[in-house]
Formats: sequence, structure tokens, C-alpha cells
Amino acid sequence: MPITRDEVAHLARLSRLALSDEELDHLAPQLDQIISSVAQVQEVAADGIPPTTQATGIDNVYRDDQPVPCLTPEQALSGAPAVELQRFKVPRILVEE
Amino acid sequence: MDDLTTMTAAELAAAVAAGSVSAAEVTQAHLDRITAVDGAVRAFLHVNGEDALAQARAVDRKRAAGEPLGALAGVPVAVKDLFTTIGSPATCGSKILEGWYPPYESTITGRLREAGAILIGKTNMDEFAMGSSTENSGYGPSHNPWDLDRVPGGSSGGSAAAVAAYEAPLALGTDTGGSIRQPAAVCGIVGAKPTYGGSSRYGVVAFASSLDTPGPFGRTVLDAALLHEAMSGHDPMDSTSIDAPVPPVVAAARHGDVAGLRIGVVTDLSGEGYQPGVMSRFTEAIEVLESLGAKVTELSCPHFKYALPAYYLIAPSECSSNLARFDGMRYGLRTGTGSAEEIMAETRAAGFGAEVKRRIMLGTYALSSGYYDAYYGKAQQVRTLIIQDFEAAFGQVDVLVSPVTPTTAFRIGERADDPMAMYLADLCTIPSNLAGNAAISVPCGLADEDGLPVGLQVMAPPLADDRLYRVGAAVEAAFTTRWGHPLLTEAKGLIRS
Repeated sequence: MPITRDEVAHLARLSRLALSDEELDHLAPQLDQIISSVAQVQEVAADGIPPTTQATGIDNVYRDDQPVPCLTPEQALSGAPAVELQRFKVPRILVEE
Repeated sequence: MDDLTTMTAAELAAAVAAGSVSAAEVTQAHLDRITAVDGAVRAFLHVNGEDALAQARAVDRKRAAGEPLGALAGVPVAVKDLFTTIGSPATCGSKILEGWYPPYESTITGRLREAGAILIGKTNMDEFAMGSSTENSGYGPSHNPWDLDRVPGGSSGGSAAAVAAYEAPLALGTDTGGSIRQPAAVCGIVGAKPTYGGSSRYGVVAFASSLDTPGPFGRTVLDAALLHEAMSGHDPMDSTSIDAPVPPVVAAARHGDVAGLRIGVVTDLSGEGYQPGVMSRFTEAIEVLESLGAKVTELSCPHFKYALPAYYLIAPSECSSNLARFDGMRYGLRTGTGSAEEIMAETRAAGFGAEVKRRIMLGTYALSSGYYDAYYGKAQQVRTLIIQDFEAAFGQVDVLVSPVTPTTAFRIGERADDPMAMYLADLCTIPSNLAGNAAISVPCGLADEDGLPVGLQVMAPPLADDRLYRVGAAVEAAFTTRWGHPLLTEAKGLIRS
């Protein structure tokens, strides 16, 4: 089942990647090749086999809720692209109608 | 002075503890070596310089004051650029994090500082640890000290090249699908992937959280064990950290002995696509193990052939989720105009390289509704079957062996735009990541056709990491006797003056 260029463009939008037409042209056949290859997992008879998400067998882990020192606002904001009033400054996410 | 860079970590720690050399002298010698050769090797993205010397002088002051010194006091360690360390940038080989200084310290580098190690610099890597050659770094590739036209492997290729080029006796890497063992093999050094959960992921920028495993590089088995022990142990800051004693890896490395040990050769990890020179060195290593008294048998792990496809569904799926945090809002690059969503998409398109984009989109595909069961879900079931293969095998033998990688180091550019060819480099290493067990790469000679190093992979059950070092030390001792010198002294790319 090949993946089309339109599907790759949709994946790019879902992945929040503003790809150029050239990048889409380049990536689409590569993704098609990779997906065709990894589809080999579907050959495996795995009915009734439980999935593994991670291999340690550790389930939920709890610790005591003890206050400990944390980052200062200055440290937390030290890598921010834009800061205002000791907060991360971000572009608008809602547009007024 | 130059001799200090050819000494092992064990020798350096002993010399600093005895006072026959200062930590500052050791550090300066390695900084000088970096200045001399790193223009050609390009192992480092950032050299700590004055900060490393300050760390060294602190060790020397402690010794002068008669305070107890840690196990790695005065020993330089090169750090893969995805560990967060206070005072150094952490780019993860990505333009999206160019210039970012992390505000917190990883558990592992914190432990190494406690042990007196000198964090000498940050090493180059495939972007966000995705790759097998360092060619996916946003800052250009590193070069293999055996042949500067070839890759040093990856993703921890800068760390492997730094150790092989005598720029540091030890280095930290991470291994998600082979990213420590494969570069160690193609650079002719030792590299280990500890049991998953044995080394903390806190402060290690995530690629695929269920697979990422920090581990050591060294030029000798004992050196790798010293770093393995110093970095390991339970960490409450990592919810998958195992609360169990660190396996006695240093003791095992000091007593390489395989008499009576049951060793299984995985027949599925051989055949078509394996370079003849790799297979002849591997066969020779098995003969050496037999001559040392090991009981060698062949066995099959029938689902290993599905490990590579399962990995290239699971790892990209986890990466597509983990890398969603790079959105240009709180740290790192921000570029573009318009709404927050447009700025995110433009920032990510500008900041990520081609392989990272491929994997994010592959993971997004595998996790999409309609494809989830057929791809990600199926890969998770295959993961269970691979674990069962290992359990059956470890019911019969104590360790498993295979080549580390099907070929020796390839030329820079040879596989750069052929993702499937690149992925094959991790064919033999991926099963241990999916199962979370322990594995090591130990040098076992040079391939006849190209004179480049070959690695022997030893795999052990979870929390039996000490067996890797027991076998590794025995192989190392036997081969060093046979060759008359350590393998690395034959590296031609960087003739030592």
C-alpha cells in the first residue's frame, strides 16, 4: 500500500512541519520505501501476544511528595526566545472574529 | 606530557591519586591533544577549556587537603551533546537548540562530577541521536580516526572518535538502537549499552524513551567498566530507573575468565549482507573464546529478523511524541511569522534536519488512527516475541554473541541520502534495545579487505552486565597477547607523533 505525496503533505501538517514542495518531493518516495519495509512486522503471527511498551516490567512508581528547590524564574526563562513580565511570550493562539 | 593522553583512565586515576601527576596536567594534556587533532576529527561541538581546568584544579585542591578522591578523580570524560550539563551548551546536534544552555544537570554527569571526573567537552552526534554516522548532525560530520574519509559510526560518533583519537580516555554516549556499540565497533574501541533502567535518563534529551540507554566508551574493557560503574545506579528522577544494585562490572573486568561459560552464537545475525572480513574476525573471536574454555553452541532467535522493522516503527513513534516539545515557544529556535501554529511549523521545518523530519513523519503515520494497530501495535507485539526469543536463549546459555555491525566503517556520503541502507548498520544491535538487556562491543581485529576495525558483540540478560565485562576482558587479553599491542595503535588516520 504505497503512501501518496498528498498523504505525506498531510503528515507534515499533523507533525507541524512547514515543508517546501522540494522537501515533499524528496521525502515522499523515501517514506513510501521505509513504510513498505517496516510493514514486514505484519507477517508475524502475533495473535494473543501482549504488546510491550517498555522492558523493565516496572509499573507505576511513587515517591513521597517532598518540597525540593526548583528552578528560579530567571533560570526557567533563560533559553526563551521572548520574555515579558517574567513569563514566556508567545504568539497569539486565538484570533478574534 | 604527551604520554598522559595515551594512558588509560585506570592509570590516570591511580597517578592522580598517588600525586605523581596533577589533574590539571592531565586535563591540559588532553586539551592540547584536542587542539592538535580535532580540526581533522571534529569529535567535539564544544570544548570546556578553562572550565575543565577549573574542575581539575578543584580535584588537585581536594587531594592537597587530604580529602578522599572519587573513583575517576582527574580523568577527562567527553560527553555526548544530549546530556544537560551546567555551564555548557547542549545542542543534541540540532540547529533547533543552537546556543541553548540547559538550566539543570543530568544525573549521570552530576555523578561523574562527584566522582572527580573532568567534563572536558560536548561531542558531536547525529541530530537527536537519529543516525549511524554523525552525518545527520546539524554541525557537519565527525571523522573516523582510522580513516578520516570514513564515518565514525553513530549516533554517538563524536564520543567514539574522541576516545579513539586519544582526545579523552572516556566518553559518555547513549544507545537507542546501537548508538554506542556500533560507533565503538567501527572506531576500534569498547562501548557498552547497560541494561535499560540501569543508567539514568534524567537530563538526557529524549529520542525514544523506552529504548534510550546512556552508557560508557573506553579504550579498554576495564576503563569502560570504571565509567559504567560510576554513572550507574537507581535515580528517583527517572521513573524507569531500576532500584537494584549496580552489577559488579569493574570486578568482572579485572577477572576476565570464560572457562565453563556457556556462549551462544546467534545464527540469525549472519549471512547475506555481512562483509566477509567482519565474519572472519567474528569466527576467530569465537575460536579464541573456545580456546579459553568457553562452551560455544549455535542457536536461533527466529524473531530477530523482525527487530529492524519493529524498531523503525517504535523509535519513530516515540520520537514524534518526544520532539513535539521543540515548538519554538519556551527555548531554542523561533522563526517565522503569523499564528503560533504557523511559527511552530516554520521553526520546526527550519530547525530540524532531513532524518529527524523523516522519523517524526514516520512516527506520526504509525500512530495515526487507522494505521496504529497494523504498525505501532504490531511492532509492540513483535517486541514481546523478541524478548521471548532472548528468554529462551538465556535459558540455554549465559551470554550471546554476534558481530556488532554487518560492515566496517563506510565512507562519508556513501549512505547519506539512503535511509534504508543507513538503518542496516544497526541490524545486530537493535534486538538488545527492544528487550532492554545489556550488550557490549569489544574490538576483535581488522577486516582483511579494508584494514578497518571489527567489533564482537556480547549480549547478557538484564542486570547481568558484569558478564559482558568478564567475556570482554578475556577476549581483550587474548587478542592483545596475539597482536602484541592494543588494536588502536594500528589506527592510520592519526599517526601519533
